Amino acid sequence: MSVPPATITADSVTRIDAVEPSVPPERTPSMRNPVATQSIFDLAVPGRRSMLFPPSDVPDSPLDELLPADQLAGSPPALPEVAEPDIVRHFVNLSTLNMSVDTHFYPLGSCTMKYNPKRHERLAKLPGLVDVHPYQTPEDSQGLLSVLYEMQEMLGEIAGLPAVSLQPAAGAQGEFTALLVAAAYFRDRGENRTKVLFPSSAHGTNPASAALAGFETVQLGASADGLVDLDELASHLDDQTAVFMITNPNTLGLFEKDVARISQLLHDVGGLVYIDGANMNAVLGITRPGDFGGDMMHYNVHKTFTGPHGGGGPGSGPIAVRDFLGDYLPGPVITRNGDTFELATPPKSVGRMRTFFGNVGILLRGYFYLRTLGPDGLKAVSENAVLNANYLRVLLNDVLPVKHGDLCMHEFVSSAAPVKKERGVTAMDVAKRLLDHGFHAPTVYFPLVVPEAMMMEPTETESKATLDAFAAAIRSILEEDPEVLHTAPHGTPVSRPDEVAAARKPSLRFCRPDR
Amino acid sequence: MTYLFTTADERREMLDTIGVESVDALFETVPAELRLDRPLDVPPALTEMELESLVTERAGRTKGVSSQTCFLGGGAYDHFVPAVVDEIAGRGEFYTAYTPYQAEASQGSLQVFFEFQSLICELTGMEVANASLYEGGTAVSEAVFLAVRATRRHGKIVLLGSVHPEYRQVVDAYAGHLETEIVTVDCPDGVADPEAVRAVVDDTTACVVVQHPNFLGCLEDVESICQIARDAGAVSIVSVDPISLGVLRRPGDYGADVVVAEGQPLGVPLQYGGPYLGLMACRTEFMRKMPGRLIGETVDREGRHCYVLNLQAREQHIRRDKATSNICTNQGLIALRATVYLTSLGPHGIREAAELCTRKAHYAADKLGAVDGLSVAYDKPFFKEFTVRSERPVGEVVAAARAAGFGIGPELAPLGGPENTFLVAVTEKRTKDEIDRLATALA
Amino acid sequence: MDASNTRFAKTHEWVRVEDGVATVGISDFAVKQLTDLVYVELPAAGGEFKAGETFGVVESVKAASDLYAPVSGKVVEVNEPLADDLALLSDDAFGAGWMVKLELADAAELDALLDESAYAAHCEAEAH
Repeated sequence: MSVPPATITADSVTRIDAVEPSVPPERTPSMRNPVATQSIFDLAVPGRRSMLFPPSDVPDSPLDELLPADQLAGSPPALPEVAEPDIVRHFVNLSTLNMSVDTHFYPLGSCTMKYNPKRHERLAKLPGLVDVHPYQTPEDSQGLLSVLYEMQEMLGEIAGLPAVSLQPAAGAQGEFTALLVAAAYFRDRGENRTKVLFPSSAHGTNPASAALAGFETVQLGASADGLVDLDELASHLDDQTAVFMITNPNTLGLFEKDVARISQLLHDVGGLVYIDGANMNAVLGITRPGDFGGDMMHYNVHKTFTGPHGGGGPGSGPIAVRDFLGDYLPGPVITRNGDTFELATPPKSVGRMRTFFGNVGILLRGYFYLRTLGPDGLKAVSENAVLNANYLRVLLNDVLPVKHGDLCMHEFVSSAAPVKKERGVTAMDVAKRLLDHGFHAPTVYFPLVVPEAMMMEPTETESKATLDAFAAAIRSILEEDPEVLHTAPHGTPVSRPDEVAAARKPSLRFCRPDR
Repeated sequence: MTYLFTTADERREMLDTIGVESVDALFETVPAELRLDRPLDVPPALTEMELESLVTERAGRTKGVSSQTCFLGGGAYDHFVPAVVDEIAGRGEFYTAYTPYQAEASQGSLQVFFEFQSLICELTGMEVANASLYEGGTAVSEAVFLAVRATRRHGKIVLLGSVHPEYRQVVDAYAGHLETEIVTVDCPDGVADPEAVRAVVDDTTACVVVQHPNFLGCLEDVESICQIARDAGAVSIVSVDPISLGVLRRPGDYGADVVVAEGQPLGVPLQYGGPYLGLMACRTEFMRKMPGRLIGETVDREGRHCYVLNLQAREQHIRRDKATSNICTNQGLIALRATVYLTSLGPHGIREAAELCTRKAHYAADKLGAVDGLSVAYDKPFFKEFTVRSERPVGEVVAAARAAGFGIGPELAPLGGPENTFLVAVTEKRTKDEIDRLATALA
Repeated sequence: MDASNTRFAKTHEWVRVEDGVATVGISDFAVKQLTDLVYVELPAAGGEFKAGETFGVVESVKAASDLYAPVSGKVVEVNEPLADDLALLSDDAFGAGWMVKLELADAAELDALLDESAYAAHCEAEAH
């Protein structure tokens, strides 16, 4: 089938000459290296080596004298045999099949795909940071502990919630940890509270974490304005209510203006308010979860504080809680005694959520970021994130309308429902065609409360020119032949994988032809 | 300002387009009484040069393994990391991408994770591996939850006392609120007695968790323990040291149902405990009960071979409160490191690394066991790590090692282990000379 | 199908009783809503379920739905071929696409279920 290249009409938007959006399908594959991107198992040749170890310098006893014969493997695991240049060419070529923040605008809503500063990578690799064993003595680790202590302090201040645990490995584990903290607090008070509530627009991790922590989950609907429905919330609150989990700004990119009232309602029945901190990029230095009624929250260091995202982690999900919950935090936390930093476990701790201290390598990058920006820089991050989001929203509002709210915070949720109705073009079609234009797609079909949702989060580290070009691309896409969009993308290495076939007969590992 | 570059003119233009007077007006939905009316009380901004000198000073006050000789173990080890691992993991195209939701824009990451899954299957002898969990302790907990789901048994979770104490603490935190009883089998001789395991496993037992080599360094009779679990209809969960599989039998070959591991030895720097890498592999029958992401092969609309996130209906973004786990972001970048590491070693390299660890650890055990006042605590087979008993207070021994430039440990009593004992781990990096000097320093 | 002796749960399972054995499946409407089924998980024979309890799962690529037992009973037979041939379900949800047969524990539970016309009205309401 013949597919016309993506083009943008001159009158669709200003400054379009600044970009080169056209991606004819016949032009893209020419510089690919299909040999190098075969499976690493297919590249293997018996007898090839990369890593070589020096010979043993201790007495060369036969292995079966050191280990029982019935525990020994007959042959080593069948890993591929490749040379170092094979490895480099394979993985470097694979890397070029990715879109990334370093290479593309990546407005994946809810994920805060901001620029990841290069200085972080250099500093995190310094000896004395990267090579510290988790069981070495605190006296040998004072410099690192001082950094982590400051990180605790800064996260407490930004949250307005002073007690901090850096332990959780990612945001979802932060949620789970905080819910266990809440459970321990209620148990300590002799209260049997069984319910965790959350709005329907919540991230899937909220109900999943609540279920994991042993709570009954109660999902609330959304009001017409996209905010928590106070009456519905109130109708569910009783002495069985443990925690209300709320993302603020919420997943529609709207600030829950009644959050203080919500908090009051919860506190009136003895419950606690949990703030999902996924959207902290909107409110740094503007307002604080502790100030608007939250009792507990998690951060996503890999989002808000440029972790980076790593192709799907590692994350880091520290939690901050009110003073009266601090005794229940997992241990260890870092305490300061004069000029000395020590590890301590809080007296009523929920225990340990993971082995060792935490995802220190990611926390360090967050620390570098906070120290680079300072108080004014942090506030400017949120101001610019909100400015960029609103600017992009306005550029697109007539073609991909935003149903909820007049202004958004750091992100907004457009709907492709009108174009679907008029021309049969879905959010997925637009998302896929954007890849042809050299833009990563927004988050699509989340949150579920918006039909044909396209959730866009430009972040503060994108320029006006990029936002203009992105809006122009969307506008031009919406004028294309719907058939071209249904089969998009056309210039990517692959297009519309068959997910149904994948799920019906899962093939989850390389299979050797000889097996 | 650092990382922000919208000029005043551009800002004006953008505000005009939006139709508001000022940036402040964009925040009108944030009630005034909830606003922070002062600057955040965090330290002032630093330039890159200032930051580098501050961080260098702090790092200089920390003694990492490049400034002491590391015989520390207990679940994190000083193995050699080939440069190619850092070089590939340093590609911005990998580390500044996110979860591969858009398959067409993520074939690089997806293929890496598929190859990772394949390598972990080869390493463990299992049929299915996921695309990573947080780290070794949470991997054990996730495996326990898998077993409870798969068996629908809520009576008992059986853990051997020789499992890493922090892993057991994590299981306590994760599963402590369940009605299910967590039973720990004592291991007074450094390993579990299979008969003691058989005595507590019954038809309400969801799983038996064994670590092999165990926390004390000893090899367990892991095949018997898996058999005991199987006889009772329980799931056997084996936590392994991935490097040990260069010489030891693969769990798939002795009947393990679920294999988990701390993947840190596979090319991941120590970093004071994280980010590390949780590995999980299982038999096919547990595939749909697995937590975490699974990458699968398929074809695209033109029949081209490609990769996608597969079996997503198990996951929290779809199944919400009924998901197999709450995990979302996993350890993608660290899984990439392990993929490059295993590829770099290959079958012969991992065999050599494991043999070097074995030989050097046994040499070290002989040398330290001969030091007056020290003895190897358990007369059991071990791989690269062993427990030493000391007649002197362990603190003194550790201090003597430290003064001579060696890190040893951890001491076991503070972790709930036996009094007057500590661990010594010996990787392929350690030399005969270093081992001899450690023995001298402790004499 | 003969709808006269078929009853429906609001959660879209159907049940048909013959000689004290209740055959259970999910409705055509449910199958269409799910689109592109990829997996069905059914219990082993011998399992016992109370009305309203989860006895299995059906999955499409982007959704998973629990299957709720419309009546209480012990599983006496499972439609084994279904797992490998989901077309049975999409082509013939009320016939070859049946899921389990239960030894009916309490016939009175049938009274709480919908008849064909009430179920049709329920689907109509849900579709809007």
